[in-house]
Amino acid sequence: MEMLLNGLSWALLMGGCFFIVTGGVGLLRLPDVYSRMHAAGVTDTLGAGLFLGGLMIQAGLSLVTAKLVLILIFILFTSPTATYALANALYGGGVKPVDRDRRHCETIDKRGESSKP
Amino acid sequence: MARALSLGIVLFATWMLLSGEFSIEHGLVLGLGIGSVILVVLIAVRMDVVDHEGHPVHLTRRFIGYWIWLLVEIVKASIDVTKRIWSPSLPISPTMYILKVSQPGELGQVIYAISITLTPGTVTVRLDGGNILVHAIAREAGEDLAGGEMDRRVTRLEASGITVTESVK
Repeated sequence: MEMLLNGLSWALLMGGCFFIVTGGVGLLRLPDVYSRMHAAGVTDTLGAGLFLGGLMIQAGLSLVTAKLVLILIFILFTSPTATYALANALYGGGVKPVDRDRRHCETIDKRGESSKP
Repeated sequence: MARALSLGIVLFATWMLLSGEFSIEHGLVLGLGIGSVILVVLIAVRMDVVDHEGHPVHLTRRFIGYWIWLLVEIVKASIDVTKRIWSPSLPISPTMYILKVSQPGELGQVIYAISITLTPGTVTVRLDGGNILVHAIAREAGEDLAGGEMDRRVTRLEASGITVTESVK
């Protein structure tokens, strides 16, 4: 039983590590700051979630696990708020999102014809 | 009043959890906890932030179902973005989307905007006047969002909260 739990915990920790590294690789490969935020999103959600899940199994049913759950909840609430503040400030500051070839990317209006300004 | 009481209970539960002191022998720690909880609740009530936005307990029950759905979406979207990042040709097509927000209240709109940002592949850039500006890493992610399933689910979540609040009044 303990071996099984240890194995599961290691699998979660390694999975979390993989997604955190993915976020880092994305930061380097993606063309502009907007698309890099998506890479950071992978680190924040699946990376942090799996990693903390692995730590929770290591800690077992204890106070430490409760604190890890709190950490996860705080990450899930604060990171999108910070991302929104960053994106909003960038857009307000006139930073235009670009595509892979560094051309300004397209804007698609999906509000329907009636509500166009 | 009920909301202030529930805020106090949540705060004190958090205090006990973080301090790890449950027994009466640690009277000092518990006493300090009670003191600071009362102080914080009094300040929050005076600041008038203990309302349906600051402490939305009325959404708790429906929120669990929504969270489970959102977690599945986050996992799916994370795997999609991961594939795009690692594939050598970097198959991204960044696009901005302007969408309509169907939630009537600000709380629902904020839940929607945060859910979009929390899902990798889409980031909320601007939210005002019932419109939302979203940056998507790829067309598929944006079209998926424009399909409106998340929008409908958040609207239902908020609507359930409104009926509960009114029945409490």
